[in-house]
Amino acid sequence: MTAVAAGERSTAAGAPRRSAAGRIVDRLGSGLVQLVMIVVALFWLVPTLGLLVVSLREETANNASGWWTVFTKPAELTLNNYARILGNEAFTSSFWNTVLIAVPTTVLVVVISACAAYAFAWIEFPGRDWMFLIVVSLLVVPIQVALIPVAQLYGVLGIFGSIPSVVAFHVAFGLPFAIFLLRNYFIGIPRELLEAARMDGGGEVTIFLRVIFPLGGPAIASLAIFQFLWVWNDLLVALVFADTDAQPMTKALQSEMRQFGTNIDILAPGAFLSLIVPLIVFFAFQRYFVQGVLAGSVK
Amino acid sequence: MAGIKLENVDKIYAGGTKAVNGLNLDIRDGEFMVLVGPSGCGKSTALRMIAGLEDISGGTISIGDRVVNDLPPKDRDIAMVFQNYALYPHMTVEENLAFGLKLRKMPKAEIQKRVLEAARMLGLEQYLKRKPAALSGGQRQRVAMGRAIVREPQAFLMDEPLSNLDAKLRVSMRASLNQLHERLGVTTVYVTHDQIEAMTLGDRVCVLRDGLLQQVDTPQNLFDSPVNLFVAGFMGSPAMNFANAELVRGDGGASVAFAGYKLPVPEKIFADKPGLDGYFGKPLILGVRPSDFDEASNGNGDWARMSVKAEVTEELGSEINVIFMIDSPPVEHKDTAALAQDAGEEEDVTALPLAGDKSMWTARVNARSHVRPGDSVELAVDTNNLHFFDKESGLAIGHPANR
Repeated sequence: MTAVAAGERSTAAGAPRRSAAGRIVDRLGSGLVQLVMIVVALFWLVPTLGLLVVSLREETANNASGWWTVFTKPAELTLNNYARILGNEAFTSSFWNTVLIAVPTTVLVVVISACAAYAFAWIEFPGRDWMFLIVVSLLVVPIQVALIPVAQLYGVLGIFGSIPSVVAFHVAFGLPFAIFLLRNYFIGIPRELLEAARMDGGGEVTIFLRVIFPLGGPAIASLAIFQFLWVWNDLLVALVFADTDAQPMTKALQSEMRQFGTNIDILAPGAFLSLIVPLIVFFAFQRYFVQGVLAGSVK
Repeated sequence: MAGIKLENVDKIYAGGTKAVNGLNLDIRDGEFMVLVGPSGCGKSTALRMIAGLEDISGGTISIGDRVVNDLPPKDRDIAMVFQNYALYPHMTVEENLAFGLKLRKMPKAEIQKRVLEAARMLGLEQYLKRKPAALSGGQRQRVAMGRAIVREPQAFLMDEPLSNLDAKLRVSMRASLNQLHERLGVTTVYVTHDQIEAMTLGDRVCVLRDGLLQQVDTPQNLFDSPVNLFVAGFMGSPAMNFANAELVRGDGGASVAFAGYKLPVPEKIFADKPGLDGYFGKPLILGVRPSDFDEASNGNGDWARMSVKAEVTEELGSEINVIFMIDSPPVEHKDTAALAQDAGEEEDVTALPLAGDKSMWTARVNARSHVRPGDSVELAVDTNNLHFFDKESGLAIGHPANR
C-alpha cells in the first residue's frame, strides 16, 4: 500500500520539489529503505539476543566460549540461571522494588499531570498562564542539582532510603514534562466538545473523566509508557535515594558487578528480566498509539 | 417550553471590545427566532450568553420566569447545536444521544425510549451503533440535532448549524428544520449569517450589527419595511439598489429625481411614511428592490418607466438579473460601507471596474425577456414600493420605529 502511494507521489508531474528529508520520508515504505531499516534493527537486536543466550548458558560454558557457539552446540542451553536467580531472595525483592517504584510513579504522574493539564488548558483562573510558564521552565532543571537538597530534606523528614521517597522524587521530576505534553494535547481538543458536554449537564469532573480522558488516550498512553520506561531503567535516583532494602533491580545488578570476574550467571538473566518487562508494557500499550481519535467529532 | 427574555444585555470582553450592546429581545414561547448579521455582529455571543457559555457583562437574561444570569449551562434546561456538531468521537451515535440524559440520571428505559424516538424522527435508526467518524456530514448534523431533541429542553439554541453542509443538503436540512419546529414547537434561537436561511426559517428575525439591535420583525416586514439602510441592504438577494436622490414637486404630483431619472411618488407613500413630505428639496437616499423592477412589456401599465443599458445579465433560469449603471456616484454611508465589506468577505461579488461617478444597480426581470448584455432595456418600476432613507442617519423615513 504505502509503496504504491510513494510511487504515485514521485511520478506525479509538476509536483512541488521536496526537501531531501521529505523525500526520504516519502520513500520510507520502499524496498531499499526497508532493507536498511532491517539491518539497523538487527544491529540493535544482536546484543540483546546475545544477552538472552548468555543468560541461558552455564557460567562455565560462558567462560569457556562466546555465546555464538550456541548455534553449533544448542544442547548447552539451560534454565538453571533463571531458576537460581528466581530463588535468590535478594534478586526477587529488588525486582519487586522496581515494580513498586515504577508502577506508582507512572500512575501518580499520569493522574496528577492529566488533572493539572486539564486545568491549564481549559479552566480559567488568575495567573494560569504564568503558572504554566513556571512549569515549562522547570523542564530545564537537571535532576542532579536537586539530589543533595532533596536528600537533606528526606533526612529531615525521616523517609530517606525508602521506596516512597524514590517514588516522590521521580514524580516530582516527571511532572513538568508530563503536564507540558498533556496540556498541549488537551488544548487541541475542540472547545465545542467541552461546551457540548457542559450543555449536556456535565460538571468539570464529568467532562474530565468522560470526554477529556478518553480523547486524550494516545497522549496519555505515550506518556505512561515513557514515564514507566524512564523509572524502570533509572539507576541514578536509585543509587542516591534507595537503601539496600528498597533498591530496584538496576541498583542490585550494579552491585553484582565485580572488578575481577563477572558474575555473568546473575547479571545476564537479571538484565534480561529487567528488559523484558518494558517490552511487554510497550506491546500492551502500543495499540493506543493509533492516530485520529478525534476523527468525526467536528465538521 | 418557555420564552426567553433579554433585557439590556451587554457583553464586554477583556480588552474593552463591546460585542453586544444593550440588547433587548423578547422571544416568545414556541417561537423560531433567527439572529442574523454579518460576521462579528455579536449574534453568536448573544446566543452563547443565553446558553451560559459566556458571562453576561450587564443586563438580565431570563428563560421562562427564571433569571438565569448566574446559572451554569446545565441548570438552564436548554440544548445547543454547534456549527461543527461537536459530537463525542469516542462514543457511538446512540451514546452521543444518550449522554446528556445519562448525566441527568434518567432511568434507562426512558433514555432508550427517547433515543429511539429521536433516531426515528431523524432517520438515524440504522446508524445508532456507528461512531461519528463513520457518518457523512449530513448524518453528523442530524446526530447533533438529535442530541438536542432527546433532552426535550425549554429551548433549542443553534449556532449556524447548517453552514458546514453543501448547498443542496443545506436546502433539504432547512426544510427538515422547519418541519421539526412545526412538530415539536420548541422555542428556538437560531444564529446565521445567511439572510436566506433567516428569511425561510424565522418566525421573526432579529438583525444585529456591531452588537446593536437593528430591527426585529417577521421576515416579510423586514423585507417590506426595513428600518434603516443596513437592514435594507442586508435582507434580500440581490441587495436593494441605492441612489442619492431628491424629492421634487411637479405638475403631476411629487416625484423623486436621481441620476437623470425621475420616478413619480404616489400619494399613498406620503400617507404611509409620515415625515417624508418634509424632505422636499432636501437630499435623501432612494432604495429600490431588484424585485420591484420588471420589463416594461411585461410590467403593469401604470408602473413608471426607466430606460437603461444592460451591462451584465445573470440568467437564473426562472428570472434574469439585469445589472446596469446609473449616472450617480455610489451612496456613501457607514451602513452601506459595512454591507460592502461584509459582501466582500463572504462571496466574490462580480466587481465591475467602476468609474467613481457611476453606481451599479440590479433589476430582476422575467426570464422570458431575453435581455442580452449591451441591450437597451425599458424597465418598469413599482413605485408603490420605493424606500426612502435619511442621508445623515441612514434611517428609513416614516418607519414606525423611527417616528
